Amino acid sequence: MDTMKQVFLSGDEALAQGAYEEGLKVACSYPGTPATEILEYLAKLPEVDAQWSVNEKVAFEVALASSIAGLRSLFSSKHVGLNVAMDPLMTSAYTGVGAGFVVVTADDPGMHSSQNEQDNRLLARIAKIPLLEPSSPSESREYAKQAFQISEEFDLPVLIRITTRVAHTKENITIEGRKEIPNREFKINVPKYVMVPGNAYKKHIELEQKLVKLKAYAEKSSFNKTELNNRKIGIITSGVSYLYAKEMYPDASFLKLGFVYPFPAEKIKEFASQVQELYVIEELEPFIEEEVQRLGLKAKAKHPSFRVGELRPELIPQIIEGKAKTEEPSTARKPVLCPGCPHQTVFSVLKKLELTVTGDIGCYTLGALPPLNSLHTCLCMGSGMTFFEGFRKAIGKNVVGVIGDSTFVHSGISGLINLAYNGTKGVVIILDNGTTAMTGSQPHPGTGETSKGKPAKQLKLEDVCRAAGADNVDIINSYKTGEFETLLKQRLGEDSLSVIITRAKCVILLKREQKKS
Amino acid sequence: MRDSLEAGAKEIMNEFKTVNILFCGTGGQGVLSAAEICGWAALFDGYHVKKSEVHGMAQRGGSVESHLRFGTKVYSPLIPKGEADYLVSFHPDEQARLKSFLKPAGQDLLPYLILSETQVEDKKFVNSFILGGLSKYLPIKEESWIKALALVFAGKKTDENIKVFKAGRKSP
Repeated sequence: MDTMKQVFLSGDEALAQGAYEEGLKVACSYPGTPATEILEYLAKLPEVDAQWSVNEKVAFEVALASSIAGLRSLFSSKHVGLNVAMDPLMTSAYTGVGAGFVVVTADDPGMHSSQNEQDNRLLARIAKIPLLEPSSPSESREYAKQAFQISEEFDLPVLIRITTRVAHTKENITIEGRKEIPNREFKINVPKYVMVPGNAYKKHIELEQKLVKLKAYAEKSSFNKTELNNRKIGIITSGVSYLYAKEMYPDASFLKLGFVYPFPAEKIKEFASQVQELYVIEELEPFIEEEVQRLGLKAKAKHPSFRVGELRPELIPQIIEGKAKTEEPSTARKPVLCPGCPHQTVFSVLKKLELTVTGDIGCYTLGALPPLNSLHTCLCMGSGMTFFEGFRKAIGKNVVGVIGDSTFVHSGISGLINLAYNGTKGVVIILDNGTTAMTGSQPHPGTGETSKGKPAKQLKLEDVCRAAGADNVDIINSYKTGEFETLLKQRLGEDSLSVIITRAKCVILLKREQKKS
Repeated sequence: MRDSLEAGAKEIMNEFKTVNILFCGTGGQGVLSAAEICGWAALFDGYHVKKSEVHGMAQRGGSVESHLRFGTKVYSPLIPKGEADYLVSFHPDEQARLKSFLKPAGQDLLPYLILSETQVEDKKFVNSFILGGLSKYLPIKEESWIKALALVFAGKKTDENIKVFKAGRKSP
């Protein structure tokens, strides 16, 4: 690679590139918008062992362990993916790391492709780990590089939070070559790495001490920048909100926070003393706002109605003026299942039989929309299985659960085992289109291919279902609606637990394969 | 002729500081690759470029929009409402929906979409034709456009795309 080169990269790609330049060796993720392209970028680089993991908890643990054992590592996921990895995340702040370990959360304000719009900056405070928030692709690269050093200096995971408008914005980026960082040697250290109560208690004390040091570090961090211009308006902000505010008020004074947690309290107080009117501008939760209030500073912040949805540049003056948000109904054309999509034929039968359908996350969630109207719940990954169990208890036989193949591997398997173990009867359907379609056709264990396009041990969904305790496992072509209807009616009438795998390749994947050949 | 167009566009640059182009259409129409080509072309000419769009579920036939901004220094990745200099639509419904993004003196390039219906035989090349039309208004060198087209199409009918782009650039 050239030593310096200008390219056009998205925030996801630039962040991945920054990590790569810092000698990243292991990266683990599960696909999810807007984080997917981080791992896709890394998977193309031969020096990085980049994997699609079964789910985010697994991904987090593999990446953390690689770090503890000596390799610079990275975990990335969408905001709700980090919920799946909360268990290891929380205790990783106690164990600390080995070589640098960076955790990336890509949040989705406005829910372009998500089931909620939680603000994961709050998780840094809960987990007690440092939080960096870049506002652009170029900062994403720069912050990722620094994150490994902070992680190693403080022996902690570092959380980098980006949002859709950072992750999916492209910008000119000057990239550099890769530094080869020597592996750290793992030494057995039971008090540090075995989190039993006595050890964890000591580690918690240590963590609190680290937070004090991190606070001092945040005060000096070059990521927290003061720009003094017109002193009438002083804006404290972070992430992409900074760019919106700068666009609309180029002459105002700014305190742009990049090292957001622990908060640089002294720096905030100093800035407040230099401006006449203090404002906090941030998307979603009042994260900075509450901290500024705690310091006893008088600051104007957004009307609570702005805690919902994405900010946009033209909304900033409304926030400055203290106005409530005026809700504009979306006029955007809604996505639909592709022409010829195998999910459509399956849903047409479910609709005809007037079944209640507990759903899950994937393209097939679109089955809830007209004209299909045949998916009736969707909460989180794996809930197609578990909701089926709850519904079956309450409403009896006229319910089925549906789940996609990738989602089934992610967190549907435990739900199926629970169904069998607890004696639930009825039918669950795996909509197997042979890929993780919605996020752009990533492979998973069921496809028998790795993130790098190499052959892998293939997980046979039917074998897993049998082993989990399903009484019947049928595989049927998704397009054979007549046969499917007959089979479904038969299984619904039986007093047994049945899995029907409807199988046909995603049409997008088919088209792509035809183009290649 | 082309040089004078570029000179005219350079004046626009001075006037506007940042050039704001809103590309819109529906999933699968080539909206994102059109914006990508324009972004690279501006980058080749030394501008600071930001391009913002949403991936994921929207690809399934839903509305697709890409905000492209270039200039000396670009802040917001999104064009503020009412600040777009150019609206490049691939679908009349999307043009109607997003027209309010144009500034009063902004250019609506819908005529190139209409023109493409008679001038472009293969629907696959409509985006290259409209890009050709857009290129007449922008202070970007023709060679940078060609380089960007070749880079983004990467051998997928690059020559045909460049030919259609040139036709769009020559169109009235």
